[in-house]
Amino acid sequence: MSDYIKPLPKPSPTSLPFWEAARRHELKLQYCEACKAFIYYPRDRCPTCFSDSLEWRPVSGRGKVYSYTVVRRASSRSFADGPYVLAIVQLDEGPRMTTNIAAPPEQVRVDMPVAVYFDDVAPGHTLVKFKPA
Amino acid sequence: MSLKGKAAAIGIGELKPLKEPGNATALGLMGKVAAEAIADAGLEKNDIDGFLVGMPFSDPGMIYPASAAEVFGLRPRMLNVVDIGGASPAGMIWRAAAAIDAGMCNAVLCVVADLNRAGDQRVPTVSVQREFEAPYGNIGANCGYAMIAHRHMFEFGTKAEQMAKVAVDQRANALNNPLATFNDKPLTISDVLSSRMIVDPLHLFEIVSPVSGGAAVIVASADVAKRAKHPPVWILGAGEYANHATITYAPSIVESPIKPAAEAAFKMAGLAPKDMDFVCPYDCYTITVIVTLEDAGFCKKGQGGKFVEEHDLTWKGDFPCNTHGGQLSFGQPGLAGGMSHVTEAIRQLMGRGGKRQVKDAHLGYVNGNGGIMSEQVSLVLERRS
Ligand SMILES: [Zn+2]
Repeated sequence: MSDYIKPLPKPSPTSLPFWEAARRHELKLQYCEACKAFIYYPRDRCPTCFSDSLEWRPVSGRGKVYSYTVVRRASSRSFADGPYVLAIVQLDEGPRMTTNIAAPPEQVRVDMPVAVYFDDVAPGHTLVKFKPA
Repeated sequence: MSLKGKAAAIGIGELKPLKEPGNATALGLMGKVAAEAIADAGLEKNDIDGFLVGMPFSDPGMIYPASAAEVFGLRPRMLNVVDIGGASPAGMIWRAAAAIDAGMCNAVLCVVADLNRAGDQRVPTVSVQREFEAPYGNIGANCGYAMIAHRHMFEFGTKAEQMAKVAVDQRANALNNPLATFNDKPLTISDVLSSRMIVDPLHLFEIVSPVSGGAAVIVASADVAKRAKHPPVWILGAGEYANHATITYAPSIVESPIKPAAEAAFKMAGLAPKDMDFVCPYDCYTITVIVTLEDAGFCKKGQGGKFVEEHDLTWKGDFPCNTHGGQLSFGQPGLAGGMSHVTEAIRQLMGRGGKRQVKDAHLGYVNGNGGIMSEQVSLVLERRS
């Protein structure tokens, strides 16, 4: 048994390919052919054109910190184990993701280049996080 | 079709927030402020034929409006929960006016109350937020607003001192509000900046305190308003807009859906931001006020920090803002925090501002904000002289 106490994602039929790819340490997002655009988080339909023909494609895993905060006092007990960097990363392919940055808080800046890494937090569960590039 | 001048707020009820709720219940607090608002309007309970209610976090449930109406012995011709976060109270005001204008009812009770106990935890409840936000610790509202503040500082050079000034000026207002939670001593910019850092760059005194309480407003037809005890406060304009729930997926995190909401409200009223005698923008955090003043058109995008630095936001200043102290000093009793902006605007326009009365207040702007700069409701309110 894992002693990991933070919330874990429960994949839906829609999002399962995203989390399965993450477990293989691959970052795959849905792509809308009509909009020529990637989508995050996974949807049944493109939120722009409402088409349901979406294709899973690998992305570079590179991006920039769009914004961030250092959570020094968490709103949830499961995150009370110390400050953590919560961020919005904008991928080079366009979409923004909520994530964590693995770096000393004082080194994190808005617009800083980052690259994906895969954090196997608990058996069968991999979170998509970023570190300075 | 427009709601301009079709209905008026004629009565208010509001509790001084409780730091610990003791034996209080959300329904008990709702009943108390409802009774107060009905009496304040000069009506009887049986005059109430519309019912808009906020669902309390402390006692939620499906089919909520009929259950609450049954407890209060109401027989509404229109009843609904309004579930747009902190924008719910402002959203109730125009929905009440719309129902009245449509002939569905004549006097609407809009009521919200909630309890907060020390140590209460908030977790996202919608599946996509549990799946893509909670695992990374994006839980509660603090994180999202902190990220808005960082990006605002990055794009526009907004300074920590400018954000702090919002809390400082609003505290000066709260000193004249007997209902405010924090009304005993003034605050300085250095007090704010030396308070504990909670979520960079936001300090403790830039973040609302959860408390318990409630508030109610009666919105009535022109016919019912003739019987009111106080001068009616007319709804001249209203606008609503949302373009995201989680801030990560907003088109921009520094430009909010307030812009289209405020534009719609001012257009309906046939007025402009410069016509307002005072403003009551939702203030869950200091940065919220700065973004609101920009997007509602009181200053240019990116100039909000400079604007609050250069203007006196107190009740006697050149730009009276949240004359009740804002939620930062009033406290946030759940959805009743958002109602505090509505009740204060009504008080000012009725001429019941007491020691903090804005001179010659005839027009006021209110903004309600839900979630992380998500649901937005702007109102333009008027006292006819
Ligand atoms: Zn599309």
